[in-house]
Amino acid sequence: MAKKKFVVGCFEDEAVLFPAVKKVRAAGYKIHDVYTPFAVHGLDHAMGLRETSLHTAGFIYGITGTTTALSAISWIFTKDWPLNIGGKPHFALPAWIPIMFELTVLFAAVGMVLTFCYLCQLAPGVKKHHFHPRATDDLFVMAIECTDTTNTDDLQAFLQSNGAIELSVQVAEEGWWFGRYDNENVPFQNKEIVAA
Amino acid sequence: MHLKYESQLREPLVSGNKNYRQVTEDIVRPIEAKPTRLWYIGFFIAVALLLFGVYSVYREVTYGIGEWNLNKTVGWGWDITNFVWWVGIGHAGTLISAILLLFRQGWRTGVNRAAEAMTIFAVMCAGQFPIFHMGRVWMAFFVLPYPNTRGPLWVNFNSPLLWDVFAISTYFTVSLLFWYSGLIPDFATVRDRAFTKLRKRLYGLASFGWTGSTKHWQRHESLSLVLAGLSTPLVLSVHTIVSFDFATSVIPGWHTTIFPPYFVAGAIFSGFAMVQTLMIIVRKVFAMEDYVTLGHIEAMNKVIVLTGSIVGIAYLTELFMGWYSQNKYEGYTFWYSRAYLFSPYGWSYWGMMACNVLSPQIFWSRKMRRNVFVTFFMSIIVNIGMWFERFVIIVTSLYRDYLPSSWSVYYSPTIWEMGFYAGTFGLFFTCFFLFAKYFPVIAIAEIKYVLKTTGDGYKDQMSAIEAQPLEAFVKEQTHHH
Repeated sequence: MAKKKFVVGCFEDEAVLFPAVKKVRAAGYKIHDVYTPFAVHGLDHAMGLRETSLHTAGFIYGITGTTTALSAISWIFTKDWPLNIGGKPHFALPAWIPIMFELTVLFAAVGMVLTFCYLCQLAPGVKKHHFHPRATDDLFVMAIECTDTTNTDDLQAFLQSNGAIELSVQVAEEGWWFGRYDNENVPFQNKEIVAA
Repeated sequence: MHLKYESQLREPLVSGNKNYRQVTEDIVRPIEAKPTRLWYIGFFIAVALLLFGVYSVYREVTYGIGEWNLNKTVGWGWDITNFVWWVGIGHAGTLISAILLLFRQGWRTGVNRAAEAMTIFAVMCAGQFPIFHMGRVWMAFFVLPYPNTRGPLWVNFNSPLLWDVFAISTYFTVSLLFWYSGLIPDFATVRDRAFTKLRKRLYGLASFGWTGSTKHWQRHESLSLVLAGLSTPLVLSVHTIVSFDFATSVIPGWHTTIFPPYFVAGAIFSGFAMVQTLMIIVRKVFAMEDYVTLGHIEAMNKVIVLTGSIVGIAYLTELFMGWYSQNKYEGYTFWYSRAYLFSPYGWSYWGMMACNVLSPQIFWSRKMRRNVFVTFFMSIIVNIGMWFERFVIIVTSLYRDYLPSSWSVYYSPTIWEMGFYAGTFGLFFTCFFLFAKYFPVIAIAEIKYVLKTTGDGYKDQMSAIEAQPLEAFVKEQTHHH
């Protein structure tokens, strides 16, 4: 995985952050991400992110659960082992509704949480670069990806004029790796390749 | 920005004019501080109870369920009473976190984390009872449908007892996922402030590498909303199915169609009472009065008086039907075994009536709803009453059945049956003490989310707007757009 250079601006207030996001985008910079301590409503739209389809996945998992329950129980009770329960019909649909409902919910919930973790690359032992430790506390941290032509000084001044209170330039791994938060080492060393 | 009008009549949900940093500090403080002496005392009492429970269960597993004084007539006693009681308590957490989320009740944010934790621990306790009631507990896996070498002999999918297996295990799993997905961002907050290596490492593991990325928050919001939508019918289904255990039988006193709503209302009633008991302790011990305000306590007391009254109407409906049906078995159960004070178990029926129907009526008074001592006392009374309710339903219906020759002598529990119950209290409080010490007991990120629109500062801005004449307000707003 490659390392990239980022200009990082920290904001104290989401009311300052929103106009800044708009201006940074209008100026043609590529916002890598904005890290916030809580879900700031509308920020995804301001950044131009598309809607998530996680709920659609949830629906598909849910109907998978319903079908699993219905097909399993009907096969068991009509084909595999047709049990005579007081002469009642083998295909007793109303009595299966509770289990069908429970499996719908179970599949949808488990499937969605796993999909969420997969999409966001979240798992125990996963480590990611943190642009600012207070991003999970009280700062709104905007990381802008630099290209070869980006003038980092100009960009920092631009962010500052838009209300950023803390600025830095960081070279960071943008993906994730397995690591420990008590160890500060970064796994992918920037080895310089010297041409012979 | 987005102007959200908030009435002055509504109290702030977070008092004390906090900023984001203070919210983090206040909620993470108990995790970073050494546990108090009180915490140790409470924790060791809980562990001692748990160990007594383990020994009681050991007795039962070794000698069989006769160790619990159960007999052919009273086949369900304290064990199933305790099961239904704990499951009922386990309803408030999901109700607060899911249903109140869908109804946009802002006050849920102060109490949802602890209520969900309580739900999970209560369901863990509840599960013990049917499992050990099986007697041969080493065969408990027989309730799972899987292709086996016994035929394959499948479970009975038409039986409410099997629906319960699915309902309770699904409820536990979904509550746990809902709770933990909400905890991930808060664990990341604890991790990023940690100053010891061990804490950084453990919370690093628990936070799954959360960074707070906007895209992740967007998905997180979607996940919470859909999980809330799924949990809402789920929570209603669980106690409905528990009530089916009774309602689909032919036992007088159980065989009634009002059981599902009546059980769900009772579950919410007892669950909220347990949340009150725990939150009043937590806010006092951890000095979180700014987050769990009197407004929160009052809101929960309103739910308690509403659901308590619904339960009361259900009791009266049952009595009426016992007479109106002119069925002599129903009549005997309701008017002799239960409502006649001097019948063997009449005391439990009137205990239930006093605790569940009469005493919560004091919450019609606003002064009482906002009184912490009264609330704490009442929360315990309600849970005693709800225990009586399940005992009344189970034992008074069973001890005298259709055949007088098999009427049981007076059923009373043994020390081991009570020990098992005490042991589940031990399990519950052991878990709760660990939770209170090592987990953020209030959802940090969610409080920060509502802070700006419901905190003291926002209210002050609103009072400035309210002081404006209407024309000035309209002019200012149109000017912005």
